Amino acid sequence: MSKKLLSGPYLVWMAGFTVIPLLLIVYYGLTDRTGAFTLANVVSIATAEHSKALWLSLGLSFVSTLICLALAYPLAMILRKRGVGRGSFVVFIFILPMWMNFLLRTLAWQTLLERNGVINGILTALHLPPQTLINTSGAIILGMVYNFLPFMVLPIYNVLCKIDDNTINAAQDLGANFWQTLTRVWFPLSVPGIISGITMVFVPALTTFVISNLLGGSKILLIGNVIEQEFTRGSNWHLGSGLSLVLMVFILASMALIAKYDKNGEGTAF
Amino acid sequence: MNSMKNRIKYFVENFYLVLIMVFLYAPIATLMVLSFSGSKSRTQWGGFTLRWYLEMFESATIMNALQNTLVIAFASALIAAVIGTTAAIAINSMKPIPRTIIMGITNIPMLNADIVTGISLMLAFIAFGISLGFKTILIAHITFNIPYVILSVSPKLKQTNKSVYEAAMDLGAAPVYAFFKVVFPDILPGVLSGFLLAFTMSLDDFIITHFTKGAGINTLSTLIYSEVRRGIKPSMYALSTLIFVVVLALLIITNFAPHRSKEQ
Amino acid sequence: MKRNVTAVSLGISIAALALLSGCGGSASSGNPGSAGEVYVYNWGEYIDEEVISMFEEETGIKVIYDMFETNEEMYPVIEAGGRTYDVVCPSDYMIQKMAENDMLAEINFDNVPNIDQIDPVYLERSKSFDPDNKFSVPYCWGTVGILYNTSLVAPEDIPTKWSDLWKETFSGEILMQDSVRDAFMVALKSLGYSMNSESRAELEEARDLLIQQKPLVQAYVIDQVRDKMIGGEAALGVIYSGEMLYIQEEVESQGLDYDLEYVIPQEGTNVWIDSWVIPKNAKNKENAEAWINFMCRPEIAKMNFEYITYPTPNKGAFELLDEELQNNKALFPDVDSLDNCEVFQYLGDEVDTIYNDLWKEVKSN
Repeated sequence: MSKKLLSGPYLVWMAGFTVIPLLLIVYYGLTDRTGAFTLANVVSIATAEHSKALWLSLGLSFVSTLICLALAYPLAMILRKRGVGRGSFVVFIFILPMWMNFLLRTLAWQTLLERNGVINGILTALHLPPQTLINTSGAIILGMVYNFLPFMVLPIYNVLCKIDDNTINAAQDLGANFWQTLTRVWFPLSVPGIISGITMVFVPALTTFVISNLLGGSKILLIGNVIEQEFTRGSNWHLGSGLSLVLMVFILASMALIAKYDKNGEGTAF
Repeated sequence: MNSMKNRIKYFVENFYLVLIMVFLYAPIATLMVLSFSGSKSRTQWGGFTLRWYLEMFESATIMNALQNTLVIAFASALIAAVIGTTAAIAINSMKPIPRTIIMGITNIPMLNADIVTGISLMLAFIAFGISLGFKTILIAHITFNIPYVILSVSPKLKQTNKSVYEAAMDLGAAPVYAFFKVVFPDILPGVLSGFLLAFTMSLDDFIITHFTKGAGINTLSTLIYSEVRRGIKPSMYALSTLIFVVVLALLIITNFAPHRSKEQ
Repeated sequence: MKRNVTAVSLGISIAALALLSGCGGSASSGNPGSAGEVYVYNWGEYIDEEVISMFEEETGIKVIYDMFETNEEMYPVIEAGGRTYDVVCPSDYMIQKMAENDMLAEINFDNVPNIDQIDPVYLERSKSFDPDNKFSVPYCWGTVGILYNTSLVAPEDIPTKWSDLWKETFSGEILMQDSVRDAFMVALKSLGYSMNSESRAELEEARDLLIQQKPLVQAYVIDQVRDKMIGGEAALGVIYSGEMLYIQEEVESQGLDYDLEYVIPQEGTNVWIDSWVIPKNAKNKENAEAWINFMCRPEIAKMNFEYITYPTPNKGAFELLDEELQNNKALFPDVDSLDNCEVFQYLGDEVDTIYNDLWKEVKSN
């Protein structure tokens, strides 16, 4: 009984600083400047500019998530094979870049991608034509993959490490080839990690505004940019909150996915 | 034939690892190079210089931001570690249904978009008349840090053997004493890795700080953001390089030390 | 695994603490704070930092200094009141908006005797947004024009008009301003309309023009236009006149093989004034007035001018400058000779919303 009391400070904290603030977003989202109830802020997602920004965000973050998954899974498998007994080292390799500020790292990509940047410098030195890399959707996707890849690698790696070698050996002894082992054993056993990775990449990619500003030259408006600008420039907090509510639908869907496929919290990133 | 195949496979795997490492560390290498460049330009090499390193230590703005960043990261990680660990213990002893509900709430700050978390906190602070400042950043950071601690500690708690704790109590130990003697050593690695994660997340956060910060208070992130568009001062690269190298050195030292002890 | 995590986290915490204790002492300079504080909210890189410490040493007032990037970004901060500032430096139309929304306090000019150092021409011009000169004290002014790279723009293509920013030859070479009013100013002016247009039809025409221009635009930027142009990233950029001196110095010091030239387009442009104002919710009004007075001192205004290189309305400071600088027409154009130039005006919340919505349509297209 006394143990349950230990959750007191936590519950108070979460009520004060998570639940109530979220309720305020709901309040702002469902009222107008005069405080009267309205659905206009939420419905405005259907206007051409907002829905375009939303679809674009969904598209870019979907592609980024797929690329992250495609890069991370083989990576996690190799790391599992190599990394026995050096678990924390692997984790640190992926967390280490975070000690260099996120904005600076993204800015560094500008330096790499710019017209007179490092990559075009290398291309020119090889007598290849320089490419337009910066201020494109491609650059934004690259920025997303770069920033969120660790959040895909770590949960998958953690889940893979929990798979018993004997399970794999048994499958192989029973005559399963590489692909069969992959699809029948590896994948099904790593679902919690994959789902957790997908949500941890998809949600931040969907809502980012910094990456699209820095690498997209502000030419590409994502839903995160729209919301950010409503709060910091348009000064219409009600509209910003309304659009945040729409975003929350996707976030709730992610939580539901996790609850369904990762009941025991195996797929945690860390 | 088989060994040839294995060798190729090994080579391909290594190649892939190297590619990913290049991808992850290329921007960092770029910043490090820039921190020694004599030119303010991001694209031109202006000769080797240590000028930015000197300027960095002389700039009160940067040193203040660094101090704020570290104090906030340290304090928020510590407080989150305490609240999170106690919460994890309580959650662990709960029945499945309340546990699921609470874990759901726990997941909110982790899964919620940073921008929504930041804005919702800002709205709450303003609604309650809490003036934005150092303390609001700290509160915000604790809020998003707690889940990382809970998620690090919970798995360790599941592994602990309940009967040892009960045995200690049977032998007359007070619950608190029994906890610190028996359970705590087992979950300590989880607490520490939660602390470290929280520290890192706090350090790297920009969006939530951006919305909850008060007048005249900058962390490195917000300072960089305000400089981004005007052109970053290279002393910022110098500082980041320094932080990175220190962390890398610590990492290497601690990772190679245990290997030696194993060999003995 | 256990040991590694433990050791690393301990190590890092110790390092963090060491750094903390190390930099604790570095913040002290003089004894500011003895005469209270002043919260200053200014544009990024819009002051010589030396000036701040001089102010602190002389008055004993501690300066808490923050920066914003656009007027639009500054406004909600002041409006929300979550952070309060004592003295802010917005532009013309934003000052009018703040004044009309009752967010500004009247300045007590008894505390700002140096106001007589400000050239009356600028006070006169300020009346377009501050009719009684009671809320604002001019700090910097300038024009908006086109900056071009001499090696990327062929001599026959040298821009002279805003409408040159719609030439196909400049595809991917144009840097536009990423703020509503500036972007619409370019389009409205090239159409021959007022940049303070309130006509929905005119604004929609301007929006269509901006959408038409978008494929040619390399990026929408604000202050980054300066560094991108110096780096040779684009051929043309819309820029504030005050950046010119810095740009030319930088081109020289980096030994670049091209020049960057500034043009004020024929259709006319925006003449802007950034002025100090005191928000109504300021907690240290007298300190704010001391700050404004300090900024108006000729030597200080000259220091700031030399650092930020934006034209100063301070006649005392102007007289202290070299003749060469005084005659630099890119910096100090004869405004009377500029036809069709206008100062931005605040057009009311409703028109503001139209601008914002149309701009969003441009950006999302």
